[in-house]
Amino acid sequence: MEPQVRNLVDISTSPAALRSCADLVLGRAQWATQVFQRYDRSATMAIVDAVAQAIHDNAQKYADWAVEETGFGVPADKKLKNELSAFPLVDYYRDEDFINPQIDIGRKIVKIPRPAGVIVALTPATNPISTINYKIIMALMTRNAIVISPHPAARACCVDAAEMLARAAVSAGAPDGIIQIIEQPNIPLIEEFMKSPKTSLILATGGDAMVRAAYSSSNPAMGVGPGNAPVFVDSSADISKAAERIVDSKSFDNSVLCTNESVLVTLTQIDKQLRRALEGYGAYICSDEETEVLRRFLFHAKGFNVEAVGRDAVWIAQECGIRVPVKTRILVTPITQIGVEERLSKEKLCPVLAYHVVPNRTQAIAQARAILRLTGAGHSAAIHATDERVIMEYASTVEVYRVIVNAPSSQGSAGFQTNLAPAFTIGTGFFGRSSIGENIGPQHLVHWTRIAYNKDPSETFGHFENLGPEFAGPLPQAPADGVPGSSSPKTIVPPNSSSEFTGLKSSGPKSSGPKPYREEFSREELRKLIAEELRAALKR
Amino acid sequence: MSQSKLDFLERSKEFWNPGKTQAWQDMGVDLVIDRREGYHLYDMDGQRLIDVHLNGGTYNLGHRNPELIEVLKAGMDRFDMGNHHFPALARTALAEALAACAPASDMKYTAYASGGGEAIDIALKTARHASQKKKIVSIAKAYHGHTGLALKAGDDRFSKLFLSEDTSDEFIQIPFNDLNAMEDALRRRDVAAVIMETIPATYGFPMPEEGYLPGVKKLCERYDAFYIADEVQTGLMRCGEMWACEKYGVEPDIMVTGKGISGGMYPIACVLISEKCGGWLKQDGFAHMSTMGGAELGCLVAMKTLEIVQRPEVRSMVNFISDYLRAGLDKIMAAYADFFIGIRQHGVVMGLVFNHEEGAKPVMRHLYKNGVWAIFSTLDPRVLQFKPGLLLSQEDAEEILRRLEIAVGLAREEIMGNRRRSF
Repeated sequence: MEPQVRNLVDISTSPAALRSCADLVLGRAQWATQVFQRYDRSATMAIVDAVAQAIHDNAQKYADWAVEETGFGVPADKKLKNELSAFPLVDYYRDEDFINPQIDIGRKIVKIPRPAGVIVALTPATNPISTINYKIIMALMTRNAIVISPHPAARACCVDAAEMLARAAVSAGAPDGIIQIIEQPNIPLIEEFMKSPKTSLILATGGDAMVRAAYSSSNPAMGVGPGNAPVFVDSSADISKAAERIVDSKSFDNSVLCTNESVLVTLTQIDKQLRRALEGYGAYICSDEETEVLRRFLFHAKGFNVEAVGRDAVWIAQECGIRVPVKTRILVTPITQIGVEERLSKEKLCPVLAYHVVPNRTQAIAQARAILRLTGAGHSAAIHATDERVIMEYASTVEVYRVIVNAPSSQGSAGFQTNLAPAFTIGTGFFGRSSIGENIGPQHLVHWTRIAYNKDPSETFGHFENLGPEFAGPLPQAPADGVPGSSSPKTIVPPNSSSEFTGLKSSGPKSSGPKPYREEFSREELRKLIAEELRAALKR
Repeated sequence: MSQSKLDFLERSKEFWNPGKTQAWQDMGVDLVIDRREGYHLYDMDGQRLIDVHLNGGTYNLGHRNPELIEVLKAGMDRFDMGNHHFPALARTALAEALAACAPASDMKYTAYASGGGEAIDIALKTARHASQKKKIVSIAKAYHGHTGLALKAGDDRFSKLFLSEDTSDEFIQIPFNDLNAMEDALRRRDVAAVIMETIPATYGFPMPEEGYLPGVKKLCERYDAFYIADEVQTGLMRCGEMWACEKYGVEPDIMVTGKGISGGMYPIACVLISEKCGGWLKQDGFAHMSTMGGAELGCLVAMKTLEIVQRPEVRSMVNFISDYLRAGLDKIMAAYADFFIGIRQHGVVMGLVFNHEEGAKPVMRHLYKNGVWAIFSTLDPRVLQFKPGLLLSQEDAEEILRRLEIAVGLAREEIMGNRRRSF
């Protein structure tokens, strides 16, 4: 008979067990980042590039897996997002140096980068893998350790991807434990991670409830609010191009990016022309009756219908009994009001675009502000126009921190079809009750120690070129006296294969007993969690 | 020292142990531990100490580890010590958990004791029964505990005083790291078992030379003796694997684990017994009894301890801690090379060797004054036992090194004066 490992007294849900579990993972991360901070720029970038390569090589696999596990989005688009979160992201920041001191002779100041330390990263179900990739790359570029807290609905693909990237990082010489993931996330456990004194920074992407919890944790946090992007098509726009870009954006990954256009506002004078153009690119314009069916389908008494998130236009139309051409890419629902009384003017993480016509620009801008008052403050807006005065007036009036011009908003706000920083975490700033208004990048994960000289000219500034800090690299491996081959100190050479990491895993416990501190999430709890998140995001 | 502490020490001398109480005062260590949490101890006068003594790994997971407290509290709602005569849920569950992580595949049974010495006695009795021989070979200066047979297997420092040393030549002691001496001791095939601390702790952690322990095991096989691994101080991940003997490539016939397995929370020690040595358990299961040994509450704590130490994060932590401390110790050793002359290390089992026959004592005293508690090796006071915990934070590790450097400097000055350093 084989021995079984079992639990007679289960304490796995006790606060003590949850806290200890978090403490252990974070303690390991603290060690990892401390060692990582001994690495120089080339060793760091070698690790970043190895991880980017692993992301790139596995973009398709995890795109398929994420769609299969969550039911959200389009595999081809997810693959593209995964690829974008590898080398394009790294290249965007490649020339920036987050590791060596920077000398400003004119100001007599030297800046020394100091990584945050341990980052706890919450990631969403809608963009699970791309967000993980993005946060891992940013953490590695700045020599931080990262602990991922995946959304329970995308748990399996996230755990597999993060462990694969952890192996890739260690194989390229990174300290063990620099990338970790919470294998069985649940709310009380995540709260322990967020409030631990060992957590240096929380990067929260996800539902509003989680973001608010991150800010309430007592630790530094960068969280983002929900989106609800208005897009204004002005009479000065190239209408055909505008229509094409809007349909591309709205159908991209079935609108799961929170930067997608939610409500189109346009002017009476170009209404007909714009409708025709939209139809030409695969939009289906709903009748009033069809709009009403969609309204009831998408918004239940308690909030947005989770079933519709990330579904394609044809599927949604079928569910509503609306007959549409098979090539339909988005559904357009004309609405006559903006505000609490019109649910379709709220955020819709699916390819349904509300369409609102106004007589003049002044009203258009007022309506755009109203859309963001409902939800999505601080997030994104788009405009299609060639008249700079309109663009300036729109951008300086709507309460967002990025206004995308003549480009698809989904991809544009996330920095993929604009020159904004590529990001899956969009700072919603003061408008959106967030600490940061930019697209989050690696520069937000370091602070700088400034050596500041007396500005009196009689005090001369020192010569700091090539003065360090000392980059000692990986810790030498301590001897295990008496064990063949390990009695004298030696420096670790990064192994060529991932054997170090997998070896660590496989030589763990021989028993396959329960891991009592990591609880499975039931389907029911999962549904509740997602529903709550969406509700919180949409009810405002 | 506060008046209340002075008063307390008087009472300790009066009612508990006058010799021991006074000896610590004489050594300049006036410690009376009051609060304790994680790797921090607080003297009754409030001084904080980082604990790198851990009572030989008893506090591997820290003092009052929250999960162990929780499991003990929750366990008390259902269990007590249990009835040692009967099959018991917790005792069998722990035995299975141990079998699942045992260092040899045929290690099946677990017999229970309330402490390490008693467990060693069980191990030696088991070997004697299985071999039907009486002689036990151990290492000179070994330490296996203070009970009947364990006492005789150890150094006579602890047995002579009580007129309890071996007088019938049943306990043979030979030098460590000497395979010839081992072969001489075993050659007549009249030895029941060799008992080995994988790394002799109380003797200051002299490290087994390459091939020594596997060599001993081979000799045991050749001359029909059993190999008993005393993993009380070296097991439970302290050497980076579950059991140190695994690192040396030795599969023992019997293994003893104690100290750390209790989590420092409920006394328990265990003897893992291979199928071939476990005959008495079938022949006469009542032959050894222990009312407190394997108390079910202790089993619950031990199971949680086993589960925690096997988490992948712990293995990673142990590597970081041992590498980091070693790098720091090497630097301190280089700075005081005429006094701090050696580091013995395997994982977080470490012995710091000083160039004076009692050199570890002033280091211990200055460490104590500087907020770190580490103890000298009783049987080799040149060596300071340096035993950090498995879950030590980077912050505490850095603190330990910072304070150690100061203490080593002060101890060197005390012993060697202002003599010019020879480097």
